[in-house]
Amino acid sequence: MSKLTMKTEGDTHIIITRHFAAPPESVYRAHMEPEIIQQWLLGPEGWTMPVCINEARVGGKFRYEWKHPNKRGFHITGEFIEVRPYSKIVHVERMFLPDPTPENRVETRFVPDGAGTLMTMRMTLPDEKTRAMMLSSGMDKGMEDSYVRLEGMIANVTAQSTR
Amino acid sequence: MSFALNASFAALADPTRRAILARLALGEATVNELAKPFEMTQPAISQHLKVLEEAGLIVQRVDGTKRPRRLAKPGIEAMDQWLAMLRKALEKNYDRLDGVLAAMQSTKDTERKLR
Repeated sequence: MSKLTMKTEGDTHIIITRHFAAPPESVYRAHMEPEIIQQWLLGPEGWTMPVCINEARVGGKFRYEWKHPNKRGFHITGEFIEVRPYSKIVHVERMFLPDPTPENRVETRFVPDGAGTLMTMRMTLPDEKTRAMMLSSGMDKGMEDSYVRLEGMIANVTAQSTR
Repeated sequence: MSFALNASFAALADPTRRAILARLALGEATVNELAKPFEMTQPAISQHLKVLEEAGLIVQRVDGTKRPRRLAKPGIEAMDQWLAMLRKALEKNYDRLDGVLAAMQSTKDTERKLR
């Protein structure tokens, strides 16, 4: 059974929840410490994150770069707006494909839930322009290109929503 | 090719519009046919249909004086596909994270014992 829930809120948000069998401190650290992030924030099979810079403080910047043996890599950069150990992270970010997408704001909360943690993430749906860039622009170059972009988008969305 | 996903989600936020989509999933229907089960006026239904149409979720065709509506497959499928892929990628990440957290926990337990 899936532990993940996804629902929409208003016009432009998705709320994602997930329970973890570890205390908020551990789940929070897994989202903030580069050597831990690099072990799991990888999206679909085959991707790795050779570069993971994360300044875990208000105003701090981060940069993640993903690589794949036979697909075009991509990266995201962002800044932290709110950093409250071990309960809340708010950040903005944009993805480079290679052109930057518009900024997305992501709120992540970690709340004790029994012996574990309930994580709740409020993410913004990509806007029309971003989707057009990610999905449509590859169409005339053949399906493989658009699949690469689509995968990039998913990995990015995953990145946003898991931070 | 239009992936009006924001509009699609906004359109789906309303229970009447979700019910209209559920009805249209059974097949084409006119405004009259759609208005009946909802106890709503035709203009009110037409307004909902307009939102659904602009979101790329339904289309209409001309049949004499009638304008029957049906589901627009590409709009529905684009959104379904996007959400399905998002969910799949998230599940993959979090399943991996479960393993990482378990390892962190056992390291902590070991440190505690050694202290």
